[in-house]
Amino acid sequence: MATILEESGFNPDADLKVVGTNPVKHDGLDKVLGRAKFGADAYLPGMLYGKILRSPHAHAIIKSIDTSKAEALPGVKAVITSADFPEIPQGTGWGDMSRNTIAREKALFDGHPVAAVAATSEQVAKRACKLVEVEYEVLPHVIDVEDAMAEGAPILHDYMRTKGDENALDVPTNVCEKMVSKLGDVAVGFEAADCVVEHEFDSKPMHQGYIEPQGCIADYSEDGLVEVWTCTQAPFVYRDRLSAVLKIDAAKINVQQSELGGGFGGKTGFYAEPLAIILSKKASAPVKMTLTRAEVFRGTGPVSGTKSRIKMGCTKDGKITAAEADLYFQTGPYTGSMYFNAPNAMFTRYELENVYIEAYEVVSNRPKVNSFRAPCVPQIVFGVEGIIDEMAKKVGMDPIDFRLKNAAKEGHTTIYGDTWGPVGFIETLEAAKETDHYKTPVKDGEGRGISCGFWFNRGGETSSTMTLAPDGTVTIATGTADVAGSRISIAMMAAEELGISVDKVRVRMADTNSLGFNRVTAGSRTTFSVGMVVVDNARKCITELCRRAANIWGVAEEEVVYEDGQVKPASSNVGDFEPMSVGEITSKTTMTNGAIVSSSSMNVTGAGPGFGVNIVDLKVDEGTGRVDVLRWTVVQDAGKAIHPVQVEGQLQGAAIQGMGWALNEEYIYTDEGKLDNPGFLDYRMPVASDAPMVDCKIVEIPNPKHPFGLRGVGEVPVVPTMAAVGNAITDAIGIRPTSLPMSPPKLLKLIEERDAG
Amino acid sequence: MDQVRYEAPNSLDAAVGLLSGSDGMAKIFAGGTDVMVQIHSDLIEPDLIVNVKNIPELTGITHSNGSFTVGAATPVVEMQEHKEFCKTWPGVIEGAELIGSVQVKGRSTIVGNLCNASPAADSVPPCIAAGATVRIVGPNGERQAAVEDIVLGPRKTSLEKGEIIVSTTFPARPPHSGDCYLRLTPRTEMDIAIVGAGVNLTLDDAGTCIAARVSLGAVAPRFLLVKECADALIGSKVDDEALAAMAKAASAAADPISDKRGTKEYRIKTAAVMARRAAEKALERAREN
Amino acid sequence: MAKAHVTTTINGDEYEFLCEPQQSLVDVLRNELRLSGTKEGCSTGDCGACSVMMDGRLVCSCLVLAVEAEGKEVETIEGMGTADDLHPLQKRFLEINGLQCGICTPGILVAAKALLEENDNPTESEIRYWLAGNLCRCTGYDKVIRSVQAAAEDMRKG
Repeated sequence: MATILEESGFNPDADLKVVGTNPVKHDGLDKVLGRAKFGADAYLPGMLYGKILRSPHAHAIIKSIDTSKAEALPGVKAVITSADFPEIPQGTGWGDMSRNTIAREKALFDGHPVAAVAATSEQVAKRACKLVEVEYEVLPHVIDVEDAMAEGAPILHDYMRTKGDENALDVPTNVCEKMVSKLGDVAVGFEAADCVVEHEFDSKPMHQGYIEPQGCIADYSEDGLVEVWTCTQAPFVYRDRLSAVLKIDAAKINVQQSELGGGFGGKTGFYAEPLAIILSKKASAPVKMTLTRAEVFRGTGPVSGTKSRIKMGCTKDGKITAAEADLYFQTGPYTGSMYFNAPNAMFTRYELENVYIEAYEVVSNRPKVNSFRAPCVPQIVFGVEGIIDEMAKKVGMDPIDFRLKNAAKEGHTTIYGDTWGPVGFIETLEAAKETDHYKTPVKDGEGRGISCGFWFNRGGETSSTMTLAPDGTVTIATGTADVAGSRISIAMMAAEELGISVDKVRVRMADTNSLGFNRVTAGSRTTFSVGMVVVDNARKCITELCRRAANIWGVAEEEVVYEDGQVKPASSNVGDFEPMSVGEITSKTTMTNGAIVSSSSMNVTGAGPGFGVNIVDLKVDEGTGRVDVLRWTVVQDAGKAIHPVQVEGQLQGAAIQGMGWALNEEYIYTDEGKLDNPGFLDYRMPVASDAPMVDCKIVEIPNPKHPFGLRGVGEVPVVPTMAAVGNAITDAIGIRPTSLPMSPPKLLKLIEERDAG
Repeated sequence: MDQVRYEAPNSLDAAVGLLSGSDGMAKIFAGGTDVMVQIHSDLIEPDLIVNVKNIPELTGITHSNGSFTVGAATPVVEMQEHKEFCKTWPGVIEGAELIGSVQVKGRSTIVGNLCNASPAADSVPPCIAAGATVRIVGPNGERQAAVEDIVLGPRKTSLEKGEIIVSTTFPARPPHSGDCYLRLTPRTEMDIAIVGAGVNLTLDDAGTCIAARVSLGAVAPRFLLVKECADALIGSKVDDEALAAMAKAASAAADPISDKRGTKEYRIKTAAVMARRAAEKALERAREN
Repeated sequence: MAKAHVTTTINGDEYEFLCEPQQSLVDVLRNELRLSGTKEGCSTGDCGACSVMMDGRLVCSCLVLAVEAEGKEVETIEGMGTADDLHPLQKRFLEINGLQCGICTPGILVAAKALLEENDNPTESEIRYWLAGNLCRCTGYDKVIRSVQAAAEDMRKG
């Protein structure tokens, strides 16, 4: 099977008509009119409402659950516990996933589901939850990484032994995994350094913060077919995981994605869906479940909080000689944090000879972490880019020049073994230097920070169909969820390849019955990968259009060509035929062997790495430690921006998410292990009046493996954000914050320490 | 929760009757912006909800002889729209405006903000600094109370069962006086005060402070009316020295806890900063009046 | 359980419904009347996704009791425009890409409309503070603000 188009057809001088323009997105109209249907916006006849009972304890043995009182409440149609789910062994991937959905032996975090109810109304379901009697034996709990690794720490899983650590003892531990990454010899590298900087850093979990709480409807039919409507970034992944966890054939499960009200990685794994399915089965009726905001905070994935120690050295002329790090990642109660991204990405973008990284993933009594844009990387890059900035200052170099001096380029072999094709890190840094923002001197009393970041960008399994209707319009079915506007970009690439207007193309988010497996929308893979299969489909359709026209004209296939949306005779020798448009050919498909349909499935490779630079100006109130961010510029290599305004939207959104994570967003726990801020009021995401405008400069160094040269853009822009804020604060107050979020109390303390000398 | 009763009486007597006659938990519903959240977050399960927005005495703003009376069910947005009130009590408006978003201010009331009895309520310190009083009606008749005497601690008020606050009255403003409320939050909006400071002061013709009230929020279980702060200002020209002494007194008076919104140390330190900044602004306004 | 009977006007049409006394207006709009354009993001008045107008006032419908709608005029996103007759805000949000996922969009449009009816020439800062009660996680607010500015200009020109 193909993993990439054999010939991408990328042409740097192509006269593109659609790609690079900014048409209104097709799904926009329903969204501004309030007609778009999100997870909670579907209703089925006979529908019941489901509610979840959650553990109030951070760590407790579930001794018994008595559901009889809840079942007796009028209007209650089903009550379920883990006993209603297949038992899958502990410590396995599916076993963990099943237990994260509904606790079995133990509740492992405040908010862990222990039972669920389906009833005729939400009010009744809520009342019924209160009637479920759970007997807990409360155990000591552990929240933070250091405590979880300490001797005598409460152990979450007796079976757990550290993977990847050859020195690990055969005793229970909270450390799931250890990973060592190595290049050269750091001892030699530090020996060669004139300047060494080392700091310890820490970060708190932030939540993806999508405004749409998870919402779904499950309908388990009497003959065992399961229909699921849900807001997801990963309909196919949900189907296959539901199949594994519930032991239902995948072919009997159909997942239809709704419009997605934000995900950012947080809707790559299911929460209520399995519960809704089992409730529906038990109640013989469709069951709708929507999470409350408090449930979203308590029960769904934040990102990993971290601890780290990072040390780097450079020569006096600014060449980095060594980099070393110890990294510790919270994962929640089960493994699966994607912590390995951090060692692979933290220094990647610099040409380094000597690197040593030890990374650890640690369980604790927190909700299971989930992806967030460039999972596990931005909170570590906060430290790396801070140290880089400090080294640049120490050796007296401009921070961009320092980075340019060490920037990796085409042909670079990374710590994870890839060798790069054309990349645009140097061009991105140079473009940042040329921005108005960078050229404008920092205002009195303000601080400026710059930082940069890298993301791999991804491909992966992608399956799509293209169907030509009799009127010549084009329907594309895609199974890779649209999280913020990929449908229009996909339609544009199809229109470009077919030489027709983008208005003639519609992209639909298909259900899992309709297509082959599609990997999750994540890792900045969607527009890149779907673009690849859509161009493949367009080319297949063009071949077929040519065949049909040749057939109508009674000439050989080789005697016709496709140009600008029309089939024409290849030369005047072929005959005197008027060119036929797509619509003219498709209107005659009854006579030419039926509809023109193409399908393409690839496990796409060839994604090109992406780089971004942030420039941030801000002011620190020295009386209170409050930060006002005043100006923000993002420079990023998009390879080729299919829809530049949408690319800007990705960069701007990521900047302000990063601003929130940098300054105020965090999970706060009580001594009892309960989440103390499970709402927008105290979780403190940026509001409109907190944010500055975000200027964008898109650099285009094409990825020649893609027909239009594009690189993913969703993950990169969040990577440099927190370091840029941190470096700007350091510039403003003259002392480096090393703990995220850089909230007012922490900054005021630093200012006082500075003043105390 | 099963049998919630909802009433929207048209008279004060009827409301008092309902509230005093109720066996279980009765909640007064004016703006509703706290009660709704508490119900839907399962913090409270009231048996009776009494909507007081239809009671004439509780709505609207009246102005006579320089004093303003604001009905207890008057939403903040109506205070913002009252030009004369805004001009006279900018600090009170500053506090009221911070109760929440535009959406919330379309509903919320300063008396609701008071009766919710959160020591971080933004509209309360400026009302205390203003010397505002409330009119209370209950089964045993009517009484007046100073705003600072209403909240006894988190979620605890001095109101007796069946009592309703009808209105808040702001005294006539003397010449050369001004007020200000400032709060400290990490975000610009939609946040809960870590420290709030309301200052109201009056100068004589020579610019000497002859009266001052300084109230702090979020730094103790109750709102503080800090006499030491006022004493530092009264008799002075509100110069650097007096402001520094006032700021010091603010920190000294603060007796906060550490919680998710801020640490004890941070609150003590910033109480001084916020009180001083509020005093400087109030001074500027007093000089203009 | 006795339910309350409520008669109200929504987007100019009369509606009747039954509700429990503690039910919120957003709950009834969405789940009883199936007017699902109004979104529910938090139920605590912190995200603004449920913004509607009630008797000319911008409110969070999660903070309004459904019974309070009795005799009142409610306006929701469904009443703001049609595909053939878009409100200038709707037009500009589409053109400028003032929306990404679109979940916060109905609330932001309703809130922005209320602003422009009060002030047809707001500064950037006035727009930002007015919309502080409407959380958006996708856009970073930049294009939201620009869309409102552009629509304000359209409306001033008439």
